[in-house]
Amino acid sequence: MSDARPSDEDRLYTLIDELTYLCPLRCVYCSNPTDLAAHPDRLQTADWLRVFREASELGALQLNLSGGEPLLRKDLEELVEGASALDFYTNLITSGLPLTRERLVRLRDAGLSSVQVSLQDTIASESDRIAGRESFQHKLEVARWVKELGLPLTLNIVLHRQNLSRVAEMIALAEQLGADRLELANTQYLAWALLNRGALLPSQAQLDEAREVARAARERLKGKIELLFVLPDYYSDRPKACMSGWGKRYLLVSPDGLALPCHLAHTLPGLSFDNVQQRSLSDIWQHSSAFAAFRGEAWMPEPCQSCERRAIDFGGCRCQAFHLTGDAAATDPACGLSPKHDLIVQARAAAQEQLIPLSLRYREIRR
Amino acid sequence: MSDEPLSLELKPKLAPKTKLRLDPKTGKYILLYPEKGLLLNPTGAAILKLCTGEQTLSAIIATLSLEFQSDTEKVQAEVVAFVQGLLDRGLVQAEP
Repeated sequence: MSDARPSDEDRLYTLIDELTYLCPLRCVYCSNPTDLAAHPDRLQTADWLRVFREASELGALQLNLSGGEPLLRKDLEELVEGASALDFYTNLITSGLPLTRERLVRLRDAGLSSVQVSLQDTIASESDRIAGRESFQHKLEVARWVKELGLPLTLNIVLHRQNLSRVAEMIALAEQLGADRLELANTQYLAWALLNRGALLPSQAQLDEAREVARAARERLKGKIELLFVLPDYYSDRPKACMSGWGKRYLLVSPDGLALPCHLAHTLPGLSFDNVQQRSLSDIWQHSSAFAAFRGEAWMPEPCQSCERRAIDFGGCRCQAFHLTGDAAATDPACGLSPKHDLIVQARAAAQEQLIPLSLRYREIRR
Repeated sequence: MSDEPLSLELKPKLAPKTKLRLDPKTGKYILLYPEKGLLLNPTGAAILKLCTGEQTLSAIIATLSLEFQSDTEKVQAEVVAFVQGLLDRGLVQAEP
């Protein structure tokens, strides 16, 4: 670990507000921590508005209202209005439940910039099965409202072995709904997704086929739909540039007020996270020991330390390193150069052979 | 999208998903869209401020040639290439 202060290149661009970890859905790949019940909603409206202001002063331009399900916050309209007054690009990241058209009108009028709606599949029964409750039809309705009300629409579909064969249908649905953006993001195997990895990790053949479909569609839809296809790092042999680097571009605030460098940083041992109720965001960004821990390159082990890609991928994901190897300061095992890369190779090998569907573990609140 | 050259009669307009604003940290304009932002040089910013859907590309080129006191042909090449790039990325839309 190191005690790096932000360098001249480190600049907060995006504030991610996980307003609550509560959610009507129980998705089997939820990226919230598995101990989410330990992080109840502690921040009041005024706390969030102060966090927005402090982030804006630090230079943040993008604001993601996320969760859990941000619509469960009764003060969401007020929060959107506050973000809008600070000229943020305000993105609502939602399951679409629970939402009425009237409330969406209020959110638009409060200054919302854009809405991202998640779908789990293109087949209602499959989407509902992965989400752990009936939700698909309502989500489609919400997506239509978003467009009717003149708001930009992103559809987000998390990909895995049980829906990868329907990428063409996903693209057709995005076209039909008039989406501005389609995010086809392979599951990140952390948190609930790591518990369900055996049932979700696709085979190489599945992935290659889906990627080809997406590539062809991207060309065809150029200028109409921004189509993203995010490969799973399990198949890329180089790690992802997680959060564009630790403490470099992003700051995330959890429902209980912890300022975090990423969605799961508070699952890493040995780090002490500051609460926005006790310290200003600027103080945290500049001086928090947790932000300093993996900032820059001083903390890096070999092979990262001497790797020419260290400023490209920053050694990968700290949470993946910890949850797979037990050491948060290890090279991300997704990297082919990691001494623990075998962990990934074995998971991949199992995914080529697995024929019997495994049972899924649904996200739940365990107290 | 065709590969034909852009018609100068098109009226380019920023896509609804974008937001053009000044970045106080750099003093430059930035075009924000979901999850991303495009930091603009002064020429790019000047072009996009005129992409309101009310003016044709020809009019925009004429305005900028005056503003930058530059040769129209040079400005035209620059504006067309820039707008085409943003059209391809869905950040600008154009109605004939």
